[in-house]
Amino acid sequence: MIWTLVPLLWIFATSLKSPSVFSAPATSTEFGLFWPKHIYWGNYSVIFTGGAKDLFLPALWHSIIVCVLATVISVVLATFCAYAIARLNFPGKKVILTTALALSFFPAIAMVTPLFNLWRQVHLYDTIPGLVIPYITLTLPLSIWILAAFFQQIPWEMEQAAQVDGASSWQAFRKVVAPLAAPGVFTTAIIAFFTAWNDFVFSSNLTSSNSQTVPAALAYFTGASQFQQPTGAICAAAVVVTIPVVILVLVFQRRIVAGLTSGAVKG
Amino acid sequence: MSTVSDAAGSAAPAAKRRPVLSDRTKAERKLGWYLAGPAFIIMLAVTLYPILYAIWLSFFNYRLTDPAARKFVFLQNYVYALSDPLFWQTVETTFFIVVVTLIFELVIGMGIALVMHRIVLPRRTLRTIVLIPYSIITVVSAFAWLYAATPNLGFIDPWLHTLTFGLTDPTYNWFGGRWSSLFVICASEIWKTTPFMSLLLLAGLAQVDSSMEEAAKVDGATWWQRFYKVILPNMKGALMVAVLFRTLDAVRIYDNPQVMTGGANDTTTLSMLVGSTTVDRVEIGMGSALAVILFIIVLIIAAIFVRLFKVDLTSTGRS
Repeated sequence: MIWTLVPLLWIFATSLKSPSVFSAPATSTEFGLFWPKHIYWGNYSVIFTGGAKDLFLPALWHSIIVCVLATVISVVLATFCAYAIARLNFPGKKVILTTALALSFFPAIAMVTPLFNLWRQVHLYDTIPGLVIPYITLTLPLSIWILAAFFQQIPWEMEQAAQVDGASSWQAFRKVVAPLAAPGVFTTAIIAFFTAWNDFVFSSNLTSSNSQTVPAALAYFTGASQFQQPTGAICAAAVVVTIPVVILVLVFQRRIVAGLTSGAVKG
Repeated sequence: MSTVSDAAGSAAPAAKRRPVLSDRTKAERKLGWYLAGPAFIIMLAVTLYPILYAIWLSFFNYRLTDPAARKFVFLQNYVYALSDPLFWQTVETTFFIVVVTLIFELVIGMGIALVMHRIVLPRRTLRTIVLIPYSIITVVSAFAWLYAATPNLGFIDPWLHTLTFGLTDPTYNWFGGRWSSLFVICASEIWKTTPFMSLLLLAGLAQVDSSMEEAAKVDGATWWQRFYKVILPNMKGALMVAVLFRTLDAVRIYDNPQVMTGGANDTTTLSMLVGSTTVDRVEIGMGSALAVILFIIVLIIAAIFVRLFKVDLTSTGRS
């Protein structure tokens, strides 16, 4: 537990330290160095209203837009695909699953080279769609595997029973299957969103400023002026992007665990 | 066949045996591809095309700043790469990280999984705390560890100093040398990804039949014998998946060392080399060749693991 929480507390503590703490060399070797003596909120105002505003806020927007778009598109496509795999009998099913698995093993950095070149030619470099498309491929294989595992657990006899009782196919789907499938789709969406939110390889190599996401912006953040060490501001930004994700994890932890393990172990 | 097709196979078992396809089967096949097709096509378009394109480009001497000099050189890029000491250094760095993190993650992850499996009451709390590092953005975790280990700023040096009663240097520069930098990189990587490992292992533990364990206990097997002879062989599938996923992830490591050292002190990994060759030095041909080499390494590792554990990945994974 301590192992888990110390680095997190540390980044939060650092975000509350004033710049003067960083410039003065540490005199104390006590545990007191960990927590700031005086709580200083200035780092948060720097990233929201101060000098780093133009870097951090657009990056946050890009992250949200790109990740939501990629998640929605890939989960919708994966839902169709996984439904077909779990429910219908057609040739090539195994090929699709194997391809998805192989692609999830593919090193993302190996795709950066050709995409970098291609994106420059078709003017997708440093644009929002230029990032959404790679993110879809990043999240699609994962989503297909997790959803296929979920859909297999749905008792489909219930749908047939509803049809026998006089419901139309659409009614049977809407009243019986959709409520059963919704939690799985939702879980997959959260996991896919995390994957995209976390990405650094594509964002740092396929963008420069117009569509940079938070992880890349953080990594290349060098402070408002060259005389300033942006340590505190980086930590503040790190805390801001971490909080929503941690809240999601806390709320949906049971489902996330189920999704991860069913997708991975069955895969 | 996989359970996937078994589940769906019941839909039209009779039609399958007939040589001539009934209309119903045809319609089902059509619908299947209509639904699954778009996802499949997008996956292939965005990945297969770049892969083939990368292989093609890797045969060229091609700098983005000098497109006129683009020249077909066949395998020359590969020869250069494989005879370059810098390349082998990145290979060494990458595999050092892979081996160290994998060993520690397996041991710690297994420990956590066993504890979570045994203890019933605070399971939820434990699971939540274990899951938190997994949800942290890698770049953020890299910064946390970077600052924690920075002399005169982080807490690691003073804490070590206090805990060892002044034996260690309170201003030791972790990022001053290659191995100490790698040590911090490995530590943060272990911190970040052990939760994933322990979750997979926990899922594997849940598959082990507890009556077998009981029987071994009655026969007088020690804890270690039960663990080694009963539990481990029965969770082979989950173990294999966990090790495979983590190995392949670690081979592709990029964010963590990029943020912490930026490749200083010979801590560049293979992925970082591909990235810097392509984007910073715009040597597209060479970058592609390096990317293809990395891809081949990943393929070989995956093939070895699948062969070694004799697990069919497209089946249930429960061998």
